Amino acid sequence: MADIVLDKVSKKFPDGTVAVADVDLEIADGEFVILVGPSGCGMSTTLNMIAGLEDISSGELRIAGQRVNDKAPRDRDIAMVFQSYALYPNMTVRENMAFPLRLAKLDKETINRKVEEAAKVLELTALLDRKPANLSGGQRQRVAMGRAIVRQPKAFLMDEPLSNLDAKLRVQMRTVVSRLQKQLGTTTVYVTHDQTEAMTLGDRVVIMRGGAVQQVGPPQELYDHPRNLFVAGFIGSPSMNFLHAAVEDGKLRTALGDVPIGERVRRELEGADAPRELILGIRPEHFEDAELVDDDTRRRGMEFEAPVDIVESMGSDKYVYFTVEGERASAAELEELAADAGASDFTGAGASLVTRLSAESPVAEGQHRRVWFNLEKIHLFDPSNGRNLTLHEGRAAGALAD
Amino acid sequence: MSINATPAGADVSADETATSSTGRHAAVPAQRAGRGRTPLSENKKAERKLGWLLCAPAALVMVLVTAYPIIYSVWLSLQRFDLRFPDQREFIGLENYVTVLTNEFWWTAFGVTMLITVVTVAVELVLGMGLALIMHRTLVGRGIVRTAALIPYGIVTVVAAFSWRYAWTPGTGYLANLFSEGAPLTERASSLAIIMLAEIWKTTPFMALLLMAGLALVPEDLLKAASTDGATAWQRFTKVMLPVMKPAILVALLFRTLDAFRVFDNIFVLTAGGNETSSVSMLAYNNLIRGLNLGIGSTMSVLIFLTVAIIAFVFVKLFGTAAPGSDDSERR
Ligand SMILES: Nc1ncnc2c1ncn2[C@@H]1O[C@H](COP(=O)(O)OP(=O)(O)O)[C@@H](O)[C@H]1O
Ligand SMILES: [Mg+2]
Repeated sequence: MADIVLDKVSKKFPDGTVAVADVDLEIADGEFVILVGPSGCGMSTTLNMIAGLEDISSGELRIAGQRVNDKAPRDRDIAMVFQSYALYPNMTVRENMAFPLRLAKLDKETINRKVEEAAKVLELTALLDRKPANLSGGQRQRVAMGRAIVRQPKAFLMDEPLSNLDAKLRVQMRTVVSRLQKQLGTTTVYVTHDQTEAMTLGDRVVIMRGGAVQQVGPPQELYDHPRNLFVAGFIGSPSMNFLHAAVEDGKLRTALGDVPIGERVRRELEGADAPRELILGIRPEHFEDAELVDDDTRRRGMEFEAPVDIVESMGSDKYVYFTVEGERASAAELEELAADAGASDFTGAGASLVTRLSAESPVAEGQHRRVWFNLEKIHLFDPSNGRNLTLHEGRAAGALAD
Repeated sequence: MSINATPAGADVSADETATSSTGRHAAVPAQRAGRGRTPLSENKKAERKLGWLLCAPAALVMVLVTAYPIIYSVWLSLQRFDLRFPDQREFIGLENYVTVLTNEFWWTAFGVTMLITVVTVAVELVLGMGLALIMHRTLVGRGIVRTAALIPYGIVTVVAAFSWRYAWTPGTGYLANLFSEGAPLTERASSLAIIMLAEIWKTTPFMALLLMAGLALVPEDLLKAASTDGATAWQRFTKVMLPVMKPAILVALLFRTLDAFRVFDNIFVLTAGGNETSSVSMLAYNNLIRGLNLGIGSTMSVLIFLTVAIIAFVFVKLFGTAAPGSDDSERR
């Protein structure tokens, strides 16, 4: 049990690559923190530095209040779980799980007891005498978890532990990991590039991009109040819609019509170097079939009409894709997100608008349909630096706020 | 055995054409016979046939170039056959074997060969492992380090052996002047030491190369996992790397043991077998080529072949249980 503090931690590889840049992060004792981002953003490197498998180029790492920059992994009392499982192929499941205990020179009886306990928790008892080669992916993953928990370390570090499993097993194992972490209450840092895992598992999520932390917070906060374009586009599935918006006569000219803006955004746009073009972001669930909106709600948003491209009925609601004309939103962040589409199915900056309408909507493919959207839930981003202009003291306030 | 390689080798091309044509004829009726069964089994059968057909030429050439000299050697070893007295040629059964196996020169040579084999392979394993680890871990100047390490292996053995001989020649050799008063290549113990030194110097890079291939098989994550599990560098080496590398180590050991057992060039150049430093190959050569005694020489060749075969068999037996995960639980 321990807290982990990263204080301006950076990693520069000998070839000049800066994989991690000035990461500040305080992980409380017992907390479950997720590092998430597109692959190559420095998550594994960060984890390896916490484990002591990579040297820290600059900054300080403290575990339980103690500086551990120069400590070997074995002196940090930390357990790690790898995407590749990293089981010792020549040892049985029992021997694999006993390995850290044997290295710690515990007596045979204690080792046996602890291994059996861990095996029971993870339902591995029947497999104890098998070799890893004879286990399924899910079983191997559980053995890897078992090897981590037998030692009762100060912290667990997990590097994409579920990425090699098929979709169904991944969902199952997600609950196993979650339950295990709650039961044991051990500080856990969990790396993933799957935003669903990030949203469902952790107490707090750290979003990384190019070695730098973008935003840290509980999943809902990142979803509702993204600090920048990257976070907004990364979190959420289907992802947020992004539209080009030109600032003209105190209004935003967009493909959905002229969007009025409130005092606060106006002030943001007054300066001489203020952006003349913005990116408007809006999540699919903030649209509604205009027919189904009552007058009170209608006043908080605005309407547009567009041709329906595709309707996907989910039962509880409908995903409706509209074709919208006009200039596309473009920014470095959006291109990056599109390039990493493998991780999160990013559709935000395309030509079609993704909306989630009520199941009662009679919308049909090929129709022109009137759609309402909520102006209070709009985000406006500066395309040059990705900053969310609608964010005020950490809360997103929409376009109309005064 | 080397003397037989030439005539058999000359026959290769003729044998190959003969083989492939007969092979093709043989296949046609077999395929016809396969018709009338279910299509699946016919497919499978045809596929297997094709497999055999495709590797038959290569396999047959191999059998011919290796089996012919072996069988010829065995045939020669069962005869009294001394080219100096060709008219005394006669089939004598195992008499040559009795002669060789009761001869003290043979056993001395056998002992010398064993000693050289065991010592050089053991030392090469340790040094080769060290070298492999260095080459594997080197990040800067990787190419240069590897090239430098491989130079001894690239030099022709005889040339290298001569350079060692000159180096140890009293008066002119730099090593002789540095280390000894007398003439080291005229005493048995020092001669053997120098022979082994030359062997080790020459073939350690080869060992290192094979071991490096094994090192590449050890996943980086496994070593990281061992580090976080609390293993020291030495424990990571012995408990994780070595077991995973075991098959590669066995292959390297097998190759080197078989090679070392047939040591010849270095001894030939350095001592010419003087002072009881002959290896079995040296002895066979002396009888076969210099003594022109085909019977005794072939007997020795066959005995060397048998020893090498036994060594190979033992190693291959070891393999069966060596590969990780290949225990009986997998077969269940
Ligand atoms: N040993 C290394 N030398 C140079 N660059 C590296 C090394 N390891 C990783 N990198 C680079 O550092 C960046 C971050 O890598 P990593 O932390 O593994 O990414 P991920 O977030 O996908 O886990 C990547 O751009 C990668 O190419
Ligand atoms: Mg990674």
